[in-house]
Amino acid sequence: MLEYYAKHLSAVFPSLLKGAVLTVQVTALSEMFGIIIGMFTGMGKLSKNKIIRVICSAYVDLIRGTPLLVQVFLIYFGLPNLILQITGNRFPIDPFVAAIWACSINSGAYVAEIFRSGIQSIEKGQMEAARSLGMNKAQAMRYVILPQAIRRIIPPLGNEFIALMKDTSILSAIGLEELVRKGQLYTSSTFASFPVYTGVMFVYLVMTMVVSRFVTYMERRLKVVDRG
Amino acid sequence: MIEVKNLHKNFGDLKVLKGISTYVKEQEVVVVIGPSGSGKSTFLRCLNLLEEPTSGEIIIDGVNLLDRDTDINKVRQKLGMVFQRFNLFPHMTALENICLAPMKVKGLSKEEAQEIARSLLKKVGLSDKEDYLPDQLSGGQQQRVAIARALAMQPKIMLFDEPTSALDPEMVGEVLAVMKDLAKEGMTMVVVTHEMGFAKEVGDRVIFMDEGVILEEGTPQELFNNPKHPRAQSFLSKIL
Repeated sequence: MLEYYAKHLSAVFPSLLKGAVLTVQVTALSEMFGIIIGMFTGMGKLSKNKIIRVICSAYVDLIRGTPLLVQVFLIYFGLPNLILQITGNRFPIDPFVAAIWACSINSGAYVAEIFRSGIQSIEKGQMEAARSLGMNKAQAMRYVILPQAIRRIIPPLGNEFIALMKDTSILSAIGLEELVRKGQLYTSSTFASFPVYTGVMFVYLVMTMVVSRFVTYMERRLKVVDRG
Repeated sequence: MIEVKNLHKNFGDLKVLKGISTYVKEQEVVVVIGPSGSGKSTFLRCLNLLEEPTSGEIIIDGVNLLDRDTDINKVRQKLGMVFQRFNLFPHMTALENICLAPMKVKGLSKEEAQEIARSLLKKVGLSDKEDYLPDQLSGGQQQRVAIARALAMQPKIMLFDEPTSALDPEMVGEVLAVMKDLAKEGMTMVVVTHEMGFAKEVGDRVIFMDEGVILEEGTPQELFNNPKHPRAQSFLSKIL
């Protein structure tokens, strides 16, 4: 058994590492876009404008209330189908592009809630002090509120990054050759499921632990006191 | 400089200000006193629209604040505000706290802003603290930085909202000293405070508020030595 295990694990490992690179790429890019989407959506949910508030809340509810797998299918299969029906043209989407779209939109909704609560956690007096100095709302947000909020939301953002990294395993369903898909491909010809999936697990674990260590480090570096 | 006419402010069903009318002349120091919940802080916060008045008129330096065309951010540059809880920006050093608004709102260069900031820190006696974060300063020092931060916009009027109420007793003096200097230099000031000594010594006029109205106003001598309204009498007898 041990020999069997070692043989297959060492055979699949280089392929798993290649898959892991893709997993990291998809996660990092999606999280980057997700943070941009989430920052504006989170602020939008706190807007004075009701229309903006409703749109942002609807987006967050829709994404958080439906499975990522369905969102991925809708973009990878559904979108080309829609375009074909409307324009009559074929519109194949690359799995990688579809993956980035789906994961960014998905992550954006979760990050929006993180930003919203982060912004709300900043004491009201900070906004008042900024406004009393003549800053408009956007300036106060940019220079006073967000820099403080971002320090506070680093831990939940780190959690979100780890969650997304694990969730990208769903992308194996559209044939994106990320970590899980690489394992599947190897098992389908060798049936060595046990060595392969323990190997897959190990690689995920290493990656998530690296991220969580990094988050702890950043947290410590950016530590500021809340108020005087 | 400031003219307030029949100012009302409701929070839902709660009527906090019920028709305030008063004025502040240029270079005048007006001290607003009264029991907690009398609406004095709300009144002060209406003057730079941190609270939106329900009705009435506020005219500052010739500009009607409640006019739709009024750019409140412009008006606020003329009004410095000092808060009870200091509200310094905790992620910035003392110097950065002071420089932020002049740079971002007035468009000054970093060098120009720092020059102003350093001279103001000197004025409030904190030249050696420019690189300190708010958390590394005592309450009194933080409040002095907050005063410098407000002054950096070169306001025509300074509003003080109980500036010494959150301070340990031994730090009250250093903040009041800075405020006295400001008054001596001719700054127009509206001060909400419980420091009756300050009101007596520095105030040109004292306003006594209770339950959302001005019950009495006059010179410190008139109001403190010979209050006419019974509620002012009972308030002052408890506090003096």
